[in-house]
Amino acid sequence: MPGLQKEKFIVPIGPQHPALKEPAHFEFTVDGETVTSASVRFGYVHRGIEKGTENRNWAQAMYLLERICGICSHVHSTTFALGVEKLAKVPAPPRAQAIRQILLELERIHSHMLWVGVAAHEAGFETLFMYSWRDRETVMDILETFSGNRVNYSANVLGGVKYDLGPAQTDSIKRGLDYLEERLHYYMKIVNSDESFLRRTRGVGMMTTAQAEELGAIGPTARASNVARDLRVDSPYLLYEQFPVTIVLGSTGDLQTRFVVRIQELFESIRVIRELVNHIPGGDLTVRFPRRIPEGEVVMRTEAPRGGLFYFIKSGGGENPVRVKVRTPSLRNFMSVLVGSVGHQLADVPMILSGIDPCFSCNDRMIVVRREPGKETAS
Amino acid sequence: MSNIPAGLPKPWTNMLNGLKTWARVNSPWAIHFNSGSCNGCDIEILATLTPRFDVERFGIKLQGSPRHADVLICTGPVTTQARDRLKRVYDQMPEPKFVIAVGSCATSGGVFQGCYNVAGGIDQVIPVNAYIPGCPPRPEAIIDGVVKLLGSLQEKKPEVKK
Repeated sequence: MPGLQKEKFIVPIGPQHPALKEPAHFEFTVDGETVTSASVRFGYVHRGIEKGTENRNWAQAMYLLERICGICSHVHSTTFALGVEKLAKVPAPPRAQAIRQILLELERIHSHMLWVGVAAHEAGFETLFMYSWRDRETVMDILETFSGNRVNYSANVLGGVKYDLGPAQTDSIKRGLDYLEERLHYYMKIVNSDESFLRRTRGVGMMTTAQAEELGAIGPTARASNVARDLRVDSPYLLYEQFPVTIVLGSTGDLQTRFVVRIQELFESIRVIRELVNHIPGGDLTVRFPRRIPEGEVVMRTEAPRGGLFYFIKSGGGENPVRVKVRTPSLRNFMSVLVGSVGHQLADVPMILSGIDPCFSCNDRMIVVRREPGKETAS
Repeated sequence: MSNIPAGLPKPWTNMLNGLKTWARVNSPWAIHFNSGSCNGCDIEILATLTPRFDVERFGIKLQGSPRHADVLICTGPVTTQARDRLKRVYDQMPEPKFVIAVGSCATSGGVFQGCYNVAGGIDQVIPVNAYIPGCPPRPEAIIDGVVKLLGSLQEKKPEVKK
């Protein structure tokens, strides 16, 4: 209407919200149903882990870092262990490295299947959510035969691993992966053919290759936009040179492509795990590892299920780390949500948000404490 | 219990109280709040809802709003920033309300004890009725904890009759 000033309407979401499994605060400015701008505030899960490592010794710090994220816990402890082993110049034996890699790929399967379920739940496709979580229990069982634990396996020690790949594990891996492969073909069919699901995913949350590069997207989110970026291929660690993975790329960069890319990555993971199990090197599980790590700095990068994970570790020659800096993949992908949701319907926003497989617990880096007389606020 | 009229004959009051407990035990609505967890407990709570464990067969339903919930399921240590939010969510819940602390961190601060931004376990901020230890607890343990909490409600029945 002429003369009537257009008012902004802000929809706040979070920190406690049914659509969010973890606390974060979003503000979406809407014009009718269309999102015109978006902003995000993190920090509810900031615990001070990086600082906490400085008061712990190297082995204790690894267990603390494993709990940065409960979904991709093994990749955190592996990255830290690899970094510290590089600093100490004491590499883990090949068999330990193979077991680490098997666990990393199993973790990727569990993480991606979890994501397929959660994203389908946000799309209103409850059946797929229940299906994928039911089948995800197969991976959890495999992980449990390894370590007796379902989520934080704490399989790593500095200089090796605790758990061996015995006949029981080999058997459960082989049977489990056969079943999963069959189910994944079925999921692939669903995400490519279910009409109502395609309407919620095709063309939603589009990110072009140029945009993905500009926003610094990473992991499967970037690979769905045809950005060939995978640290398992770009800078191989563990046994990824002998047992390589191929990069799975999508071309369109919408949500549907992200589904396809992630499910295809699972086929890759299954193939690599099978190869590793069949050709696992023999030898010891651990080497003797020093308590004190020589002075120095190291950067370690690995490919977590959500994208590249970065660790900077500094040692002063003592029993404790001097500084550990972690950069997790979700943080790099958040810009694509804020930019990508503009112009979409508000109802599509949960889908776009879950499209990057967000994990808030590893994002939160800082806290600002304001001290005013008689009042202390934290944000 | 306050909204049962005071002037009612005792058998009526007893019957109404019994009915209330029966309803409460058979369909507790839960709300989940993460006050600084690593996600591990959260995905295990979510796993209890899915086909293998299926907590809905006990009538337990995960609810979005604190105003509709009977049970607050908390995960994670309490961070400085989530402390006020946790209190607010707890205050918004209608009486009677119950709190379950899931995981070692929610119980005592766990591995994060001593980190500068962690206040400790859930019971530093709000009263807790049941603790489920584990890092993270298995879904069976979570179900067991919830069922035990419900069982303790039923045991209270003789007290009501006094």
